[in-house]
Amino acid sequence: MEKELRLMKGNEAVAEAAIRAGVDGYFGYPITPQTEIIEYLMEANPAGTTGMIVLQAESEVAAINMVYGGAGCGKKVMTSSSSPGISLKQEGISYIAGAELPCLIVNVVRGGPGLGTIQPAQSDYFQSTKGGGHGDYHLIVLAPASVQEMADFVELSFELAFKYRNPVMMLSDGAIGQMMEKVYLKPHKARVKTAPEWATTGKPTTRERNIITSLDLDSNRQELFNIKLLAKYDEIREKEVRFEEFQCEDAEYLLVAYGTSARVCQKSVQLAREQGIKAGLLRPITLFPFPTKRINELAGKVKGMLSVEMSAGQMVEDVLLSVNGKVPVYHFGRMGGIVTTPEEVVESLKSKFIGG
Amino acid sequence: MVEFSGIKEIIKPENLVYKKTNIMTENILSYCPGCGHGTTHRILAEIIDEEGLQSEAIGVSPVGCSVFLYYYLDIDWQEAAHGRAPAVATAIKRLQPEKFVFTYQGDGDLAAIGTAETIHACNRGENILIIFINNGIYGMTGGQMAPTTLPGMKSSTSPYGRDVKTMGYPLKMTEIVASLPGSYYVTRQSVHTPANVKKTKKAIRKAVKYQKLNKGTCLIEIVSNCPSGWKMTPVQSNKWMEENMFPYYPLGDLKTPEE
Repeated sequence: MEKELRLMKGNEAVAEAAIRAGVDGYFGYPITPQTEIIEYLMEANPAGTTGMIVLQAESEVAAINMVYGGAGCGKKVMTSSSSPGISLKQEGISYIAGAELPCLIVNVVRGGPGLGTIQPAQSDYFQSTKGGGHGDYHLIVLAPASVQEMADFVELSFELAFKYRNPVMMLSDGAIGQMMEKVYLKPHKARVKTAPEWATTGKPTTRERNIITSLDLDSNRQELFNIKLLAKYDEIREKEVRFEEFQCEDAEYLLVAYGTSARVCQKSVQLAREQGIKAGLLRPITLFPFPTKRINELAGKVKGMLSVEMSAGQMVEDVLLSVNGKVPVYHFGRMGGIVTTPEEVVESLKSKFIGG
Repeated sequence: MVEFSGIKEIIKPENLVYKKTNIMTENILSYCPGCGHGTTHRILAEIIDEEGLQSEAIGVSPVGCSVFLYYYLDIDWQEAAHGRAPAVATAIKRLQPEKFVFTYQGDGDLAAIGTAETIHACNRGENILIIFINNGIYGMTGGQMAPTTLPGMKSSTSPYGRDVKTMGYPLKMTEIVASLPGSYYVTRQSVHTPANVKKTKKAIRKAVKYQKLNKGTCLIEIVSNCPSGWKMTPVQSNKWMEENMFPYYPLGDLKTPEE
């Protein structure tokens, strides 16, 4: 079957890709700017075709706990929300990480703190990459920069989630969620009927009972479990780093940006080069694991780096750690739901590194 | 040591009239003497065994004294966050509709922190069984006030007795659930006498049947004691329960299907 070309919003692309990827269940609660995901799924009504369950929960808290229940059955389950809703989900996300359950959580980020704004932002970087809920854990975090990637990353998320038995977050933003672009959709994949051996499917006489839990009151065993998680995260750091480079070969100044900011920065690189400034762009596709090694290598080749984010400066901390003092690192970004312009980025680059 | 004459002749397999239910594991129950949890576990295990449900049953255990329920019954389990069991069970049942799915929750779990999850699961008519243990106190954390603590009843967070003017009234969640169109069978029972144990077992068996028939949410409240939390002997606590809990939480069916 040929790939199908459509013009879609990022939110719609996630929903359609979920049906096509053979997702078993979606559990959500409306919040701007991602509500099209559940609206699209409700209208598509996949229960009648693929058998995918779509349920509007009473809250984000309930939705993420439904994801816990579904994931515990070994099913491909997901939820989506935007920043304030993701904060509500953090309890459940921590339990999911603690029970080592695979799932997809889509965050179409809006500005904060608090109720903030409904406009796009990238101010949930800390919450997404450093844990978010309580306890020592990491999500695998994918940052799409296009409608196409919002669609493609659904399947990738589930591959990674099941490979590592770890929750995956797709960290998008209000701009990519809302904008329309052409998107190539993959053919339908059948839902998987078999369950992993750890899933709660009802205990047959042939195996021990399966228990999905994140509780262990024995400190020694709990520490061993923490160590096991750390080993898993190290393996993920080793094997799953994804990034994209744009005109980095001869770059003297490196922009580091993900998602919407990365698209803005592509234009900034072009504008800077027109002014004789050799800029390049590194776009992390995985925010956890972060492309630490590559950024450290590039720090040996450039004069400085600028982390461009629609936030007060969050990813810049990981850039600083990666660079480890080799070259100066600065942050530039707009907040409150304002998307940075390419010109602003070039001006910031010039004022920080070149003067005037 | 006292020697019972002829005891060895009596303890023989052919003479046994009562045995540990197959579904109960070898793990030693963590409950205080006289607590109703152990009895309720046993009834649940008996039903699962008698109805041949081991390969179909998926339980959702709560946060509270019965947090380790999954140690005791030899079936598949999911341990939910505090109050979230009905949401967890919702997804398990929706994604595996052929399974028997139940939650087991205390009063703090079901009627305080999990109020929204309980009401909405029941209001959607999720085809699950909710077993609700109401002992009017938070046992696990050491005897704090619960949403179901009686007026004037002392706990470590209502040391002068529950003052309804500042602490609110005991919540009758089972009555609320019975009023929802999505609930199918709602009853309040106890396990403090053999007769009540039989009634509770009958109620659970009914709920199993209704779930097989996709009838909607079944909720069985079991008014229970907490000798440690109430600071009483087991016998005193049962008497106190009859005299104080039952008038506020009367036993019996609140919603019965037309059969």
